[in-house]
Amino acid sequence: MKNTKKIISFIVVMTMILALCSVSAFAAEGETFKIGGIGPLTGGAAIYGNAAMNGAQIAVDEINALGGVQFEFNAQDDTGVAETSVNAYNSLKDWGVQAIIGTVTTAPCISVSAEAYSDRIFMLTPSASSTDVIADKDNMYQVCFTDPNQGIASADYMAENYPDAQIAIIYKNDDAYSQGIRDTFASEAESKGLTVVYEGTFTEDTQTDFSVQVAAAQAAGADMVFLPIYYTPASVILTQANAIGYEPTFFGVDGMDGILSVEGFDASLAEGVMLLTPFSADAEDERTQNFVAAYNDLYGETPNQFAADGYDAMYILYAALQEAGCTPDMSAQDICEALVGVMPTISVDGLTGQGMTWSATGEVSKAPMAVVIKDGVYVLPEAAE
Amino acid sequence: MVFFTYLISGISLGSVYAIIALGYTMVYGIAKMLNFAHGDVIMVGGYICYIALNSLGLPAILAVLVAMIVCTVLGVVIEGLAYKPLRQAGSLAVLITAIGVSYFLQNAAQLIWGATPKNFTSVVHFSLPAGLMSIGLSSEALITVLACIVIMIALTTFVNRSKLGKAMRACSEDKGAAQLMGINVNRTISMTFAIGSALAAIAGVLLCSSYPVLQPTTGSMPGIKAFTAAVFGGIGSIPGAFIGGLLLGIIESLAKAYISTTLANSIVFAVLIIILLVKPTGLLGKYAPEKV
Repeated sequence: MKNTKKIISFIVVMTMILALCSVSAFAAEGETFKIGGIGPLTGGAAIYGNAAMNGAQIAVDEINALGGVQFEFNAQDDTGVAETSVNAYNSLKDWGVQAIIGTVTTAPCISVSAEAYSDRIFMLTPSASSTDVIADKDNMYQVCFTDPNQGIASADYMAENYPDAQIAIIYKNDDAYSQGIRDTFASEAESKGLTVVYEGTFTEDTQTDFSVQVAAAQAAGADMVFLPIYYTPASVILTQANAIGYEPTFFGVDGMDGILSVEGFDASLAEGVMLLTPFSADAEDERTQNFVAAYNDLYGETPNQFAADGYDAMYILYAALQEAGCTPDMSAQDICEALVGVMPTISVDGLTGQGMTWSATGEVSKAPMAVVIKDGVYVLPEAAE
Repeated sequence: MVFFTYLISGISLGSVYAIIALGYTMVYGIAKMLNFAHGDVIMVGGYICYIALNSLGLPAILAVLVAMIVCTVLGVVIEGLAYKPLRQAGSLAVLITAIGVSYFLQNAAQLIWGATPKNFTSVVHFSLPAGLMSIGLSSEALITVLACIVIMIALTTFVNRSKLGKAMRACSEDKGAAQLMGINVNRTISMTFAIGSALAAIAGVLLCSSYPVLQPTTGSMPGIKAFTAAVFGGIGSIPGAFIGGLLLGIIESLAKAYISTTLANSIVFAVLIIILLVKPTGLLGKYAPEKV
C-alpha cells in the first residue's frame, strides 16, 4: 500500500515535470504507441530485415489511416549481429519504446529477448523461428512457425509427395536456425521412412564454397537436396550444382525466401526450387493483392514472406493492444503484462495464415504451405505441373 | 571416381589460392613486407568486374581488363600513399598500416556498394561436354587452373629473363647494393605492387566466378588462406607460392570430403603449423642466416 502510494506520487511528479518541460511532446506521447522494430537493415541478412520493417511500416500507415489508435514506428538496424542488436534494443528503450516488433533473425533475437524479458517489454518477432527465442520467456511471441515445425512439415511434405526420394541435406552447423530445422527434419524423416543418403555441413567461414558438398551429394545419388539454410549460401549451392551439371530438386524452408531478389543471381537457376512458406505474393485474395500493390508502389519490388510477416506482426500487435484495452499512456511494463494476458486468447487473420492463434509459450499455430518457383515467381506445386 | 571430383575442386580452389599467394610472395620478396590489404584488392577487383559486366554491359574479356587496370592503379596508389612514407620505419609499422588499409578498403566497399551480397556473374561462358562435367569439372575450374599455370609461367619468365625482373631480384637480395648499382628501388617496388595488384584482379574475377558471393569481406578469408599458402610454399619464392596454393586447396577439399566440413579450416592451418615446425622456411623457402 505504502509502495503504491509512493509510485503514484512519483508518477504524478514525473508527469508534472514532463508537462512543464514540453506540453506538446507530452500530448503527442499520450496519443501514439511507440513501437520499435529491430532487424538487419544492412549486412548479409538485409533482405529479411528490410522486408519485415517495410511490411510493418505499411501496416502502421494503414492503422494510422483508420483514425483511432495511432502508432509511431522506429526501425533500428542490428546488421543481424547479436551484440549490435542489444545496442539497437537499448536505443529503442531510450526512445521510450512500448512494444517491439523484432528481432528479425534468430541469434540476435535470443539475446534481445532475454533483455526484454528482464525489462518486461513485450516482443513479437516476425521471423526468428528457433524455439530458443521463446523458451522460458512469457512476453516473447512469434509470427512465423518454429524451426521444429518447419523441419517436421518439410519431412511430412516429402513423405507424402516424394516417398522414394534419395535425400541429401546441406546445413550450416554453427547456426541455431539451420541446425534446429535439420535436427527435427532428420528425426521426422526417419520415422516416416525417408532415405537420407548424404549430410553435408558448413559454417560461417566456409559458406562460399560448396563444391565438395555438392559433389558428394551427387555421388551419393541424391535426387532431392534439402537446404534448411538462408538464401545467400543457397544461391551459391545452386550455381555450383549447375556448374557441374547436377540437377536434383532443391527443397528449402523460409530462409530460402529472398533468393529471387539476390542482385546478379541468375533466377533461371532457381527454377523448380521448392520451399515452405506461409505466404505467396500471387495469392488471389484481396488483402494479399492490396498489400503486394502497396509494397510495390512504395519499395519497387514484390514483397517476400518476411514483408508479410512484418505486416502481420503489426496487425497482431494492434489486435492484441485493442483486446487488452491498452492505451498509449501506459508504461511498457503494464502493456507487456496486459498483452501477455490476451495473446493466448486472440485469433488473427493475416497474410501468412487465417485464424492464427498462440499458445502461452509464444508459439504460433498456422499451416505452412509448399510453393515451387516457376518463371521467377512462387506458385502452388499443382499449378507448376 | 568421386575422389577425382574432390581432387578437381581442390585443384581449382588451390589455383585461386596460388594466384593470390603470388601477389603476397612477390611483395614480400621485394619489399619485405606482408601486404595484408592484398585480399581486399581482390574484392575490389571482383566488384569492378561485376560493375563492368552488369552495369556497363562490357564483354567478359574487357571487364577483366578494366578490373586489372583499376586494381593496378589502386595497388600503386596504396603503395605510394600508405607504404612508401614508411620505407625507413620498422616492419611492425608497415604491417599495421597494411591492416589499416585492409579495413579501409572493406569499409569503403561497404559504403560504395552496400553490404548486401551480390551474386557474381561468371565470366566463363562456354560449357564443357557432359563427360567432363560428370567427373565434376566445371568450365570455371578449367579456366582457373589454366590461368594459374599461364600466370605462373609468365611471371617466372618475367622475373628471370627481363631487365625489370633482374632489378626485382637485385632489390630482393640487397636494396642498398641495388641502389648503388643504379637501380631505382622505389620504382621497382611500385612496379611489384602494380603486378601483384593486377594479379589480384584476375584472382578476384576467378574466385568470384567459381564461388559467386560478392560482398565487402569476400577477399579476407581467401586472402588469409593464400597468405598461408605463400608461407607454406616458402614466402618469397614464386614456385613455392604455386605449390603451396595447390597443396592447400587440395588438403582443404579432401579434408572437407573425408574428415569434416566443419574442421576443414582447422586442418589446413594445422598442416601449416606442422610444415613450419619441420621446415621453418616453408617447402621451397631459402634459409637466409642473419649476419650480426
